[in-house]
Amino acid sequence: MKEIAVIGIGITKFGELWEKSLRDIAVESAINCLEDAGTDRIDSINIGCMSSGLFIGQEHLASLIADYLGRLDIPSSRVESACASGGLAVRNACMEIATGVSDYALAIGVEKMTDVSIGKATYALATVADQDYEAFHGITFPGLYAMLARAHMERYGTTREQLAQVSVKNHYNGSMNPNAQFPFKITRDTVLNSTMIADPLRLLDCSPVTDGAAAVLLTTVEEAKKLKKHPLVVISGFGSAADAIALCHRKELTELMAVKKSVAKALKMAGKTIDDIDFAEVHDCFTIAEILVLESMGVIGPGKGGPATVDGYTALDGKFPVNPSGGLKSKGHPVGATGVAQIFELVNQLRGNSGKRQIPGVKTGLAQNMGGSGGSSVCHILEAK
Amino acid sequence: MNVPRHWRETPERYRMEAAKCRKCGKISFPARLICPACSNKVFDKTNLSGKGKLLTYTIIRTAPEGFEDIVPYAVGIVEMEEGVRVMGQITDCDLANLKTGDKLISKFRRMNEEGKTGLIMYSYKFVPDVGI
Repeated sequence: MKEIAVIGIGITKFGELWEKSLRDIAVESAINCLEDAGTDRIDSINIGCMSSGLFIGQEHLASLIADYLGRLDIPSSRVESACASGGLAVRNACMEIATGVSDYALAIGVEKMTDVSIGKATYALATVADQDYEAFHGITFPGLYAMLARAHMERYGTTREQLAQVSVKNHYNGSMNPNAQFPFKITRDTVLNSTMIADPLRLLDCSPVTDGAAAVLLTTVEEAKKLKKHPLVVISGFGSAADAIALCHRKELTELMAVKKSVAKALKMAGKTIDDIDFAEVHDCFTIAEILVLESMGVIGPGKGGPATVDGYTALDGKFPVNPSGGLKSKGHPVGATGVAQIFELVNQLRGNSGKRQIPGVKTGLAQNMGGSGGSSVCHILEAK
Repeated sequence: MNVPRHWRETPERYRMEAAKCRKCGKISFPARLICPACSNKVFDKTNLSGKGKLLTYTIIRTAPEGFEDIVPYAVGIVEMEEGVRVMGQITDCDLANLKTGDKLISKFRRMNEEGKTGLIMYSYKFVPDVGI
């Protein structure tokens, strides 16, 4: 298996991009990525998008994006695993490189969510749940995480204030991210007094509806060494795993098994343990999700995620910084783009290019991208060499 | 929702029909073709009693399309006495007094209707089990 390097990264502004279409932002992120890489060479296009069909009535992105990239000469594909679609596209690009099928593989994550009303967006997001046995009963995506939050609060004593701190921390980090949808700080009281969406989760526990795209260009370490444009960043491990789609069919409501398995696989491939990881970008689609992910990854013991967040363990200057980008909460969550945007942040941090939110001296980072309420998870481990 | 899509779930939605694995005895709801516990492919039909207790729940205040008119409403995961877990709405109760561990029982209720000429969909919902 060939060793994988990330040589280019690109992103668009995240937010309500009224003037731009899905094809515009997907191509814009790719242009930025190729400019960053300093090469135009691509042997395959790997697109992650959750639901362009429901959000803009457009499927067949493999053709659309290849066309508007002006690259009709190479293989193009689109993968979907709910909100983990972007991570899955990166994983596919990794496999293209590792197997030698492509020498240069582009992964693009994209979602255009604001062309529909909030009711239709809520419906589209709820399609990642079991349609016949969850969504049929009127559950929403925040509602699923609200049930997980209640289970965690009742089992471990996790508090509303601890959940709110996840949002406060991520907004603090995001206030230094010019690409973020909501680049400003918020207070705990603002979170605790925001509109109730699905008890016990409030509006500011939830990641927003966002337009955005991100792209990364992968190649072999051998090729990357020839380019020498940036410090070398490699993907040393990746892992993917699934769990039951319906929450009621999970063995546990206070642990995310897909996260646990995907992270364990990626660590094994990289020859590392969780203690070797310096920082992480994780899937904080809701405040409780970040706590569940940290505990499931083994960064913090079961039930300790809430207190650790309040103690600053996961803060930018903490022992294990989490979501330096601002996470999904502040940066925004264009669902299909998120997994690729996480890789963007890791690479920037590992290159030492993250400006005010740079974590000093980081060498190894982890990205965890979740599908649905934990029905799938994709993990990547990146290292500065 | 087209007619066949709702109609083919009738056994589950109208009478909570489940599948009991003939090899390991695990009950699956809804029915599956492969037992998630032992991979066996032979099942017997069994109906759930409808009785269970509430494991976790939420109160939906921002509803998806089609549910806007009934907010706020509760949705929870109920552990049935057969050990199977089922998600469903919890109704006919004071939402403020709902708590995990509550004993519930399933009732046959109208879920949704698609306008004046569309489908009327029925299913189970859960209500407090007061032992009547």
